[in-house]
Amino acid sequence: MEYKSIIEQMEIKFSADSLILVNKIIARYPAGKQKSALIPLLHHAQAEFDGWLSAPVMDYIASLLLIQPVEVYEVATFYSMFNVEPKGKCVVEVCRTSSCWLRGANQLVEHIEKKLNIKDGQTTADGMFTLKTVECLGSCGTAPMMMIGAQFHENLTFDKVDEILNLCKTEGKRKTYLDEVIIDKY
Amino acid sequence: MGRKILLEHDNVPGIQGYDVYRKNGGYASVEKAIKMTPEAIVEEVKKSGLRGRGGAGFPTGMKWSFLAKPEGVARYLVCNADESEPGTFKDRYLMSRIPHLLIEGMITSSLALGVKTAYIYIRGEFFYIVRILEKAINEAYANGWLGKNILGSGVDLDLYVHVGAGAYICGEETALLESLEGKRGNPRIKPPFPAIAGLYGCPTVVNNVETIAAVVPVINMGGEEYAKIGIGKSAGTKLISASGHINKPGVYEIEMGITVEDFIYSDEYCGGMLNGGKLKAVVAGGSSVPILPADKILSTANGEKRLMSYEGLADGGFATGTMLGSGGFIVMDETASVVQNLHTFARFYHHESCGQCSPCREGTGWMEKILHKILDGHGTLADVDLLWEIQGKIEGNTICPLGDAAAWPVASAIRHFRSEFEAYVNNPGVLKEVNHYNNVYNLVKTH
Ligand SMILES: Cc1cc2nc3c(=O)[nH]c(=O)nc-3n(C[C@H](O)[C@H](O)[C@H](O)COP(=O)(O)O)c2cc1C
Ligand code: SF4
Ligand code: FES
Repeated sequence: MEYKSIIEQMEIKFSADSLILVNKIIARYPAGKQKSALIPLLHHAQAEFDGWLSAPVMDYIASLLLIQPVEVYEVATFYSMFNVEPKGKCVVEVCRTSSCWLRGANQLVEHIEKKLNIKDGQTTADGMFTLKTVECLGSCGTAPMMMIGAQFHENLTFDKVDEILNLCKTEGKRKTYLDEVIIDKY
Repeated sequence: MGRKILLEHDNVPGIQGYDVYRKNGGYASVEKAIKMTPEAIVEEVKKSGLRGRGGAGFPTGMKWSFLAKPEGVARYLVCNADESEPGTFKDRYLMSRIPHLLIEGMITSSLALGVKTAYIYIRGEFFYIVRILEKAINEAYANGWLGKNILGSGVDLDLYVHVGAGAYICGEETALLESLEGKRGNPRIKPPFPAIAGLYGCPTVVNNVETIAAVVPVINMGGEEYAKIGIGKSAGTKLISASGHINKPGVYEIEMGITVEDFIYSDEYCGGMLNGGKLKAVVAGGSSVPILPADKILSTANGEKRLMSYEGLADGGFATGTMLGSGGFIVMDETASVVQNLHTFARFYHHESCGQCSPCREGTGWMEKILHKILDGHGTLADVDLLWEIQGKIEGNTICPLGDAAAWPVASAIRHFRSEFEAYVNNPGVLKEVNHYNNVYNLVKTH
């Protein structure tokens, strides 16, 4: 895959700013317990290295924390927010658990599938969107909802979804969990 | 109006920031607690009757008194902000609206436990709340409530936010500790309990966000006063997250002891059923607790009105009752299919099982598949019996309570709504959710 070779060729290293932050994060844990910083660091790595964790990226994190690469792999594959394969610039995560289902999540998923011409789990041909159905995101009172990057989009209707996706497309930017977001209701 | 304690200042403009929070009485509990001995603080919490708000309802003061205190060994306080139980969104509300209340609670609780380092473990999807909390924590440091020598008392305390990455199981306290140590969220075998060997093998207390926030009013008003709020062994107020087919979904602070009927139908809370629908069923305490049909959630087997409290919701045991759980109150009207709702839960538990125990890892997958088959119109009556049998074999046979949490919704749905399962089997296709589909379609369609 094209993506992969790009990552493999580039020199993997956090930016100077990120490295300052990385050291601050590691300092939150007692001496010798730097492995605790693994999940926070993986979030930063995923945001900085194109939205997913390739093997070289994970190896780099292992080297920063003085742990074995396998300790990183087993964590990266356990948690659902980590991508171990390339994803679209905007991962559209739609909740479809009970409360969201009760207020139209399945219909929303169908709508998005039609609009983007992809199925759950797939990425659009232009690499802009990946659709991912997820489990309860703690937004049940403002259902149905979806998350793109760090932003919760709540009380959705088809119209609102169209508007949000169109805006994402116009902006054309990668959305990450570390983005600053607008807080609407809560 | 019901009594508000945690959300008393919820509507004050700017309460998110330090200055407004402080002007409204914020950090008074720290000023008070710092002059008390740790034992005296624990004693107040014991007297208050405060019980864990994370789901299990274990008395907080008692839990604190179990904390081991070996010489020269660090102790930790970890706040459980993983909030992933479907139907539950109260901690999110509290942290994003009044972040300083949690931070104040963490400081006061740390004073009681002799903790010098405390963590707030928050689910990864709440990244925007991490920023809110970190800003508030910085304000608390800048004003001398955190850091070295708090208020000149000689006590040091550091507080950090630690972010997860999407795993419901990390809400289970030992899985949370594993995750905080940078590992997969596999629950540990207990004993030893965290109070003896928790984070990094050190004595640790894990408490829910709402529990820790409630320590603030407990210390401010005194344990005895707090115990007078609520009803019986359900002392205090409880945050309820209400969702589903109601007019006003949202987070409500209730004084424990109000009736379920009041909660659903009064304008102060849920405001009645959406579009005048008829109540069919309620999942009263988050996805894990037994679902109850309308008649059983509104009244007990004795014909009395059912109350919103630990004991009230549990009245009748699993035969006719349920549990308060985390306070995730999901309401369904008559257009909703209990079987389809159960399928969303079964899929959830299958997805979230950590995979350590065979009954949970395999059983949750089987239950999801069988429900899928039934909904797809290929089910048989034997499948319904098989579901019943599988859930019974998971319950009580696993390392952590996620197995039980996956089994109870299945057991209760079959117990109270067996005829609906049979209808899917006997009339495949006919029941395919037509009413609900149309009803819901109207909610999200373009206007
Ligand atoms: C599968 C599972 C998920 C849980 N999720 C949460 C959670 O998200 N938040 C929480 O506070 N407690 C959760 N708990 C309960 C915790 O294990 C623990 O009992 C609780 O944090 C203790 O705090 P409390 O005494 O203040 O309620 C969960 C338990 C299990 C078995
Ligand atoms: S019951 Fe399930 S989630 Fe809990 S330890 Fe066993 S497999 Fe993991
Ligand atoms: S059920 Fe969708 S956010 Fe909770």
